[in-house]
Parts: sequence; structure tokens; C-alpha cells
Amino acid sequence: MYDTIIIGAGMSGLAAGIRLAHFDQRVCILERHYTIGGLNSFYRMGGRDYDVGLHAMTNFARKGDKRGPLAKLIRQLRFGWEDFKLAEQIGSSIRFPGVSLDFNNDIELLENEIAARFPGQIDGFRSLCESLLDYSDMDGGSPEFMRSAREVLQEHLSEPLLIEMLLCPLMWYGNARQNDMDYGQFCIMFRACYLEGFGRPYKGVRTILKNLVRKFRGLGGELKLRHGVSRIHVENGRAVGVVLDDGTELEGKRILSSAGNIETMRMCDDITAPEVAKAGQLSFIESISVLDRDPQELGFDRTIVFYNDSEKFHWQRPDDHLCDLRTGVICSPNNYVYDADEGQLPDGVVRITTLANHDHWCELPENKYQAAKVTQYDAAVASAVRFMPDFRSHVVATDVFTPKTIRRFTFHDNGAVYGAPDKQLDGCTHLPNLYLCGTDQGFVGIVGAIVSGISMANRHCLVPDA
Amino acid sequence: MTPAEIRVEILDILEDISPDEDLNGLDDQKPFRDQLELDSMDFLDIVMELRKRHRVQIPEEDYGNLASMESTVTYLEPKMKDI
Repeated sequence: MYDTIIIGAGMSGLAAGIRLAHFDQRVCILERHYTIGGLNSFYRMGGRDYDVGLHAMTNFARKGDKRGPLAKLIRQLRFGWEDFKLAEQIGSSIRFPGVSLDFNNDIELLENEIAARFPGQIDGFRSLCESLLDYSDMDGGSPEFMRSAREVLQEHLSEPLLIEMLLCPLMWYGNARQNDMDYGQFCIMFRACYLEGFGRPYKGVRTILKNLVRKFRGLGGELKLRHGVSRIHVENGRAVGVVLDDGTELEGKRILSSAGNIETMRMCDDITAPEVAKAGQLSFIESISVLDRDPQELGFDRTIVFYNDSEKFHWQRPDDHLCDLRTGVICSPNNYVYDADEGQLPDGVVRITTLANHDHWCELPENKYQAAKVTQYDAAVASAVRFMPDFRSHVVATDVFTPKTIRRFTFHDNGAVYGAPDKQLDGCTHLPNLYLCGTDQGFVGIVGAIVSGISMANRHCLVPDA
Repeated sequence: MTPAEIRVEILDILEDISPDEDLNGLDDQKPFRDQLELDSMDFLDIVMELRKRHRVQIPEEDYGNLASMESTVTYLEPKMKDI
């Protein structure tokens, strides 16, 4: 009998596992995939290391900073700053036709850029900054949380183009809702991206995952890969355990699931028809290019470029096409300020993310799927080089992952990267001892997911038995 | 445990929760909150660590006693004197 069974060995499940194992619970993390990490995983191909999800970690904090989500999670998991050791971004840009705004981990740069490009808007931008909800207001209790972010932005800013430009990075890095954003989620992402900023460990997401797993196992936690949960066994209105894909049954006093809200409901014995209409719709393809030189030698020093090729930013699933090429994100993991003793990454890399339609990708037969990966890679790169130096003659290796890949790593409906638009912020379900953590509970991104695992473990699983 | 030993134990827990914090200048009379960057999650951790290390149970209504080092030691003395 486990004290807590955790479904999913992504960031949130591992973080929750550490908290519970640290306080002497018998904990087991069950993961269907053959590797850890979920959306934020990694793989090796052709002698090179790749990350699945990671462009940048948001919520950057310098050593010694004690405030903010990153400092909080380091304390809660009993890590030191050196265990994550984030290198700071060089700088990022938001590029729309004819106008570009640069930003880095100091909000002053973005303020100056807005004052220079949109002089009439700077006071409005400052008042917007003052109106942001604090992290402590973000348990969903604030009546402002569910307001339309577009509506709030219009109260502060009169220039529609600036509103679109400010929304673009925040939606790309953490908005599960199409077209608009909850104001609470906007505030979380505004703090995470613009006020705290971007960083990356030299070795990418591996560093974080390996530290999480080592700590969890060191505390006596059990991690079982290739152990998918097919059912959550319910008796008399309580979860009593899980049934694995191979039929094995495990008993637990409580279950914490990072599988997603609808995905978890579908596993429950007592639910026959989960409301699939509430599933998230937004998924991506990622076109990765390995270059024969550092991107800076081609004149590209941006850490992240968020681009959009018209004045209006469209944040929605492409209905008629495999991908939407109008907007995208360009990332170069080379463009961080790594420590001198770490040096530079072994290869130049450019990663481009574009919106994609999960169903269309999954309908393709295998040969067409492989061909589509090639043509959509070409199309994504052709779209992106309108906003950066053309690197196409320097590509030595490529890889593409699609919504189908994301689904394979996460098992989330529709390969939805940021989960369902309606979050279950308190982590509660219809059963008194089944809880949610991860993407569908609340915060997204690496830091957000870890904080989600910690806070749900604290709130629901660490309370002394009544 | 004597009050002095309890104080050392609390310092050890604080060190564990927040390794970067300088605890040398801690004023026992002043609230922790005014001297250290501790939030409600950290206070929960003091309670949880005491339970883990010494099986000391602290009911939620008593959390207010953990405001400063002095009040914490006073509160814990009867609970930990036989440990």
C-alpha cells in the first residue's frame, strides 16, 4: 500500500514525489513512456543531444535571489541554486511587420523600447505593470483572474499593435486558450517572461530532470517507467488504487495525477463519458536545425524571437492546414551567457516552433507523415527567415517533432501543449483522495509545473491523516 | 532536549530549508518573517521537519507560536523535553 501514487514522471510528478518522499511517505511514480520528463523530455539522435520542449526556462533568478517561484521551488525541494545553474539569455525580440521590440531579463529594456517605438503608450504600459496581479493572488480566488486579458490591456493601451506584440510571447509560452487569455494567466506569464526573464542550464532540460530523479530516488521514492495506468479503481466514492496496462493492481491511500484533467477522468472506473469538448486544442511542430557554425557568426544573437507576419496575432489551431506559418518562435540555445568554464555548446542550433493541427497530423499514413515532416520543416524555416538571417545553407542535420510526437511523450488529448483552457486551480476532482497536478492544474512551463507539483503535494498529500 | 538544544535544532531546520540564508545575526525576539525570506510554505516546512525528525505534532491552531525563535523554543520545550 502506497501513501501516494503519482501518475506521470514529468516535472510536476517528480517534484511532488520529492516532497512526499522527503517527508517519509511511501511514494511511487508511474510513467507510461520509456523515459522521464513528459513534455519536457530529451533524446539522443545521430550522436547529438536534443531537448523536446525546452527553449528557455522562464522565471529566471540570479544566485542569491530569494523571491519568486524559482527560489521557492529550490528551497522546497532542498536543492541549491547550483543544481539548476541557469545561464541568462543574451536578449530576445518580438518582431512584427516593420516594428521590433527587444527585451531581456531587466524590464527597463522593454520599457525603453516601448517608449521609443510607441511613445504615446509608455504611461499606459507602466500603469499595466502596476495593475498586475501578484503571485499570491493567483490561486484563482481573485475576481480579476478570469477576466479577458485583451479587455484589461485595452484599458491601459490604445495602440492595438502594441497589445498584439505584448500578447504574442506570453501566449506562445503559456496560453491554453485560443485567441484570448485569462488575465490571471497573463499576469503569471508577464512576470515569468518580462519581469523575471529567460535562462537555460548549459546542458538543457537533462540537468533539471536528472537532479529531480536523483533526489527522488535518493529519498527512497520508486519510479517505474513503462508502467502506464489504464484505470483508477474507485470503490464507495474513493480511489483505492490503480490498474496498470499489464493488469497489475497497486493500492494507494491517495492518487495525484499529472495525466491531465480529462485524461484522468477517463481512467476513473466511475466515469463513463468525460467531457472531451473541454480538451485543449493548441499543439505545435518544432523544426530543429543543427548548423555548421554558431548562429552569431551568421549575425543572429537573439535568444528567442517571437514573430508574426501581420498586425494581428492569431492564436488558434489551424483548421484547414497541418500548420499555421503566420506566427512562430525562433530559439537558439547558443545565445545564452554561459559560464567561461562551460564554454559554448558543441553545435549551432536553431529551433522554430509553429502552430499545428493534431488531428490532421495523426490522420496521415506513415509515408505521408514522414513526407509532411520534410515539407513542413521547409515551410517553417522559410517563414522564419523573414525575421532572422537566412541560415539554410549551413544546416548539417535536422529533426522535426509534431503533435503526434508530443502526444506520444505526454499522452495528452490533441497533443495539447498547455493542456485544457479551464484549469482546476485547487487540484480537486470528484473523488476526495484523487488530485490533479501539472498542466491542467495551473501553472505551465518548467518552473510552473514544478511549483504545481510542490503545491498540490503540500496542500493535499502532506496533511496529517485525520 | 534543553531549550538551548531545541534552538540549535530549529537553526538546523532553517539551514536545511533555506541554505543560502545567513542565520548568524538572527534576533531571537524578532519574528522570523521580519528577518528571513520565509513564506507560508516555509513555515509549513518547519512544522513538517519537526514531525519528521522528532515525531512532534503541532496542530494548525498553534502555528502562531512559531513566529520567532524565542516563542518557538518556549512552545516546543514541554513537547520536546523528553526527547
